[in-house]
Amino acid sequence: MTTTTNRGALLEQLRDRARFVRTETVRLSRIAGAGHYASSFSAAELLAALYYAELRIRPDEPDWPDRDRFVLSKGHAAIGLYPVLADLGYFDPADLDDYTRLGSRFGDHPDMRKIAGVDFSSGSLGHGLSIAVGIALAGRVRGSDHRTWCMLGDGELAEGQIWEAAMAAGHYHLGNLVVIVDRNQMCIDGFTDDVMAVEPLDARFADFGWRAQRIDGHDLDTILNTFSDLPRAETGQPQVIIADTIKGRGVARMELSLDWHVGNLVGDDYDDVMSELESGLGREVVR
Amino acid sequence: MSSGPDVQDTSEVFRGTATGRTSLRDQRSTDGSDQQRAIPAFVLGEELADLADHDDRIAVLTADLAKANRTNDFAARHPNRFFNLGIAEKNMITVAAGMAASGFVTYAATFASFSALLGCEQIRTDCAYPRLPVRVIGHHAGMSMGFYGTSHHALEDLGIMRTIAELTVVCAADANHLRGILRASVDHPGAMYIRLGRGRDPEVYADVPDVQFGKAVRLRDGGDAAIITTGSEVYPSLQAANRLAGEGVEVAVYDMHTVKPLDVDSVAAAAATGRVLTVEEHNRTNGLGTATAEALLEGGFAGVRLRRLDVPDEYVPIGPPAALYAHYHLDADGITAELRSLINDA
Repeated sequence: MTTTTNRGALLEQLRDRARFVRTETVRLSRIAGAGHYASSFSAAELLAALYYAELRIRPDEPDWPDRDRFVLSKGHAAIGLYPVLADLGYFDPADLDDYTRLGSRFGDHPDMRKIAGVDFSSGSLGHGLSIAVGIALAGRVRGSDHRTWCMLGDGELAEGQIWEAAMAAGHYHLGNLVVIVDRNQMCIDGFTDDVMAVEPLDARFADFGWRAQRIDGHDLDTILNTFSDLPRAETGQPQVIIADTIKGRGVARMELSLDWHVGNLVGDDYDDVMSELESGLGREVVR
Repeated sequence: MSSGPDVQDTSEVFRGTATGRTSLRDQRSTDGSDQQRAIPAFVLGEELADLADHDDRIAVLTADLAKANRTNDFAARHPNRFFNLGIAEKNMITVAAGMAASGFVTYAATFASFSALLGCEQIRTDCAYPRLPVRVIGHHAGMSMGFYGTSHHALEDLGIMRTIAELTVVCAADANHLRGILRASVDHPGAMYIRLGRGRDPEVYADVPDVQFGKAVRLRDGGDAAIITTGSEVYPSLQAANRLAGEGVEVAVYDMHTVKPLDVDSVAAAAATGRVLTVEEHNRTNGLGTATAEALLEGGFAGVRLRRLDVPDEYVPIGPPAALYAHYHLDADGITAELRSLINDA
C-alpha cells in the first residue's frame, strides 16, 4: 500500500512493519497471557511484504469482489496478522487492546465473520489450501483476475488434505493461486525433520503440477522480487514459494527453540524482548 | 417378520442411475399390498441444473460419484460450475466452503458415510462455523447400501450433524421432496446437511412441496398414536398407519424432515395422542428418536408413551437393503407391529 518509488525507502518501510508485527505479537500475547510468538515471527517479513507491497486490496472496502484473497492456513499466526489489518485501516487498532478477552472479536485463530480483512476462518491445520483452491476456482468462474494467496506452515504439510488440495490445484490448472510455505523448520514437538519429514518440498509440489521456487523468507528484497516475477494466471500453473525461515526469528531465545511455540513473556523478560526487537532487529535480520 | 417380494431385491445401488436422464415415474413397481411406486433415480443434478438456469450462484461438487448421485445431469448443463474433486471428500467439502466464501451457493455431494463421517470436521469448521451457504449432500445414507457393508453405511450421520452448531439438518423422503428441499435451500442462511436415500424412494409427495425448514409436515392425522419419522422411513410409516386405519385405529404421521432445528410444536401435537413412535434409519443414539425424547421431556410430556424404531447399537449384518429394513422392523410390517404393541400396551 505504498506509493514510494524508492526501493530503499520501501525496504526500510517493510523492515519497520516486520518489526511492528513482532512487537505487536509480544504486546498482544501479554494481554492474552500466552501467544504463538515464534510462528508469527517467522512470517513477519512475508506478511509485511504481502500486505504493504503486494496484495491488491481496499481496506475501506473489505468485501471488494476483485480483491486478492489471503488465506492464513497457519491460523495460529493471526496474532501477527491482526496488527497489520488494523494498521491498514480495516478496523480501529484500539480494538486489539482486549485481544482474546471475553467478547473480543480477536481470538488466537481468526474469525472471518468478526474481523474485516480476514478472508477465511482458519485454525484447523491442513484446511487452508482447499479453501484457497475453492476461492481460486470461484474467481475463475466469475472471470475475476484476482489472485488467491495462501500461507501454509511446514508442520501442517503432514496433513493429507493439503495434498488432496495440491492435486486439485494442479488438475484444475490454477494459475491464479500462489502458496507461500513458511518453512520455519519446526512444528510443536520439534523439527519437522524429526517429527515428520516434509522435504523435498519443491520436488513434491512440482510432482503435483506446481511451479516451485525456494527463497530466503526473511530477505525482503528477495521476497519482493519473487512476488513481482510471478507469472500471470494464464500460465495455468499454481505457484508455490517455499520460504526458508527461522521459527522465532528476531528474538534470540526463541529462535529454533522447542520452548516457545506457545509462551508467555512476563516481567523483565517482556521488557528485554521488546528492547531486543526495537533496538534494530529490522536491520540485522533482513540482510 | 416380513419377507415380501422386495426382500430379496438384489438392490443394486446404482440401478436407474447409470443410463441417461430418468423421469420421476418411469419405473414404478408394486409390492402387491401397498401400491408402492418406486421413483428410481436421483433428481439431484437435474433439479440443481434447473435452479442454476436462473441463479448463477449455484455450483456443484462431487467426489468421483457423478454417476451415482446424478450430478452428471448438472455437469452436462452447467459444466463451468461443476467440479469433480476425485476421491477426496474432505478436500471437496472445504473447496465448496472456499467457493461459498466467494459468493457461491455450493452443493457438495457424496455418499453419506464419507460426507458426514469422513468430512465431519470440515463441515463443522469450514462450513457451519463461518456460516457459509454450503449444502453437503449425504446420499445413500443409513444402510441403503445394503450388502456393501458397514464402511458404506451411515447410521451415525444425523447424530454427528445434529451436534454441529448452526447447521441445518434435513432428510428427503422422496424425489419431489428433494426438489422442494433444494429449492428452499438456495437462500437458506448458513450451512446445511441434506440426507438422501439411494434414489429409489417410493413416492410420498405427489407434487413438489413448499418446504419450510424447521416445520414438520403432518401427512396423516390420527388420535390413537403418532409417528414421528424422517427420510426413508416416511413411506413405510404411512403404509403402516394406513393399514391400521383399516382396523379402525388412527395414527398421525409427521414427516420431521428437519431433524435440526427440531419442530418442537409438532412434537407437542404428536404428544397429544399420548403415544409416540419414532422411526428412523439411524443408530439408536442421538438421532430423531433422541431428539424427540428430549423435546418430550423438556415440553412437559413425560407421561407420553414413547417407542423408538431404529437400528440398535451394533453393526448391521450383510444383506440387501429391503431385508435389512425387515430385519430391524423398519419396514411397513415392522412398524405396524410396533404400533399395535404400543397401542395395546395399556
